[in-house]
Amino acid sequence: MTLNVPAENEPRSDWAIQAHGLTRYFGRRCVVDNLSMDVPRGSVFAFIGRNGAGKTTTIRMLLGLMSPTRGQSSILGFSSQELPTDARARIGYMAEGHPVYSWMRVSQYSAFQQGCYPHWKQTTFDSVIDYFSIHSNTKSGDLSHGQRAGLHLASTLAIEPELLMLDDPATGLDPAARRSLLEAMIYFTRDRTRTIFFSTHLLDEVERVADHVAILDYSVLRACCSMDTFRERVQQFIVHFPGELPPKLPEIPGLLQVTRRKRDLTLIVVNHNGGTERSLESLGATVIEEQPLSLEDALTAYVGRQGNRSLIRDLGDAS
Amino acid sequence: MAAWNIRIATATGTPIYRQIIDQVRLAVATGDLSPGEALPSVRGLAEELLINANTVAKSYNELVRDGVLESRQSLGYFVAARRQVYAKAERVRRLRKAAETFVCEAISLDFTAAETQSAVEKCLKSHNWIDESPRATP
Repeated sequence: MTLNVPAENEPRSDWAIQAHGLTRYFGRRCVVDNLSMDVPRGSVFAFIGRNGAGKTTTIRMLLGLMSPTRGQSSILGFSSQELPTDARARIGYMAEGHPVYSWMRVSQYSAFQQGCYPHWKQTTFDSVIDYFSIHSNTKSGDLSHGQRAGLHLASTLAIEPELLMLDDPATGLDPAARRSLLEAMIYFTRDRTRTIFFSTHLLDEVERVADHVAILDYSVLRACCSMDTFRERVQQFIVHFPGELPPKLPEIPGLLQVTRRKRDLTLIVVNHNGGTERSLESLGATVIEEQPLSLEDALTAYVGRQGNRSLIRDLGDAS
Repeated sequence: MAAWNIRIATATGTPIYRQIIDQVRLAVATGDLSPGEALPSVRGLAEELLINANTVAKSYNELVRDGVLESRQSLGYFVAARRQVYAKAERVRRLRKAAETFVCEAISLDFTAAETQSAVEKCLKSHNWIDESPRATP
């Protein structure tokens, strides 16, 4: 498979980000294992996975801030490792934990950032700062966590980026600041060609704003698809048995989780097909009904300790 | 439209786009939204509910496809003139499915048949859905 990397002077691509076989070792430990994914331009793409799953390392490689041990990636059509400055200036990056130069005042911060970006829009910076109730005279080091996030967001949005890369932007924020962040994200997508790629643990946010999702589980990509696809492919069934429950279940393809109750079994299944029903009916199940499943339950079961290690993908190649 | 608002909840088994569809359908069916009435714009509703605009667009499109709403070029979405788009058999199928879900829930919550029926009646009344008389207009 060849990566669809456009020519140098042709940065327009249908994909905001493409990665192929991206792999990174720290010493002998593999942190990101052969990750291939495509992020469509104009999407709001959630990147989820537990702490230590390799999300930040992936984001840093995509941005060209860290080199991969193997594999390649492109961002806005340019190779991550050879990102030209003008393309870098079209990417707004909010690093994890919202680090700031603590001695800089907020006003100095904007002056400093302004020098790096040709499209700096001071009115945007000022309105976001205002939104988070930040005074321009305050030292960055004296800001609250939420305000620091606000300062980051202000400098990120003021460059009028085409692509927002947000590394765990909402963690540690109070509900009001989280709400402001969500509002800013939704406002940002007013222009349908803009893309947001964000990593998070907060599934409420994912459910609200994301239209695509990638799941990283212990360094391995387990899903890269539209949210609709993910929710359709992970299903919950209640299976009733008239008599005793079967003591042992046969091999059920795609089984993620089983909960036993007196007369029924609750199964969470991925990529369910007729085979699931047939094997249950052969055990004597009388009623098999689908039950709605929340995103959180679906995700927890999907990356859970039991069950199949499958891949849900409707984006990019299946290698 | 003043009194009528869409509300969504996350962390439920019902996807947000489905919640919007259900609420618009219900509001149209009960008369909270009347034919010709305008719906909030896709952008406006997305920003109000703090959700992805594509989700709102998807719900509206499905409602247009089902004949509940109509889209007027550059003006937005409006409640369509009331008509039944499903065949009788399909309506019966949908009603059975809804009843099944409801009854299963009631049984699992340990309610008697009479209590369950009275809950249905109360719910019908709260929507002014009473047979043999024209629907009360609020």
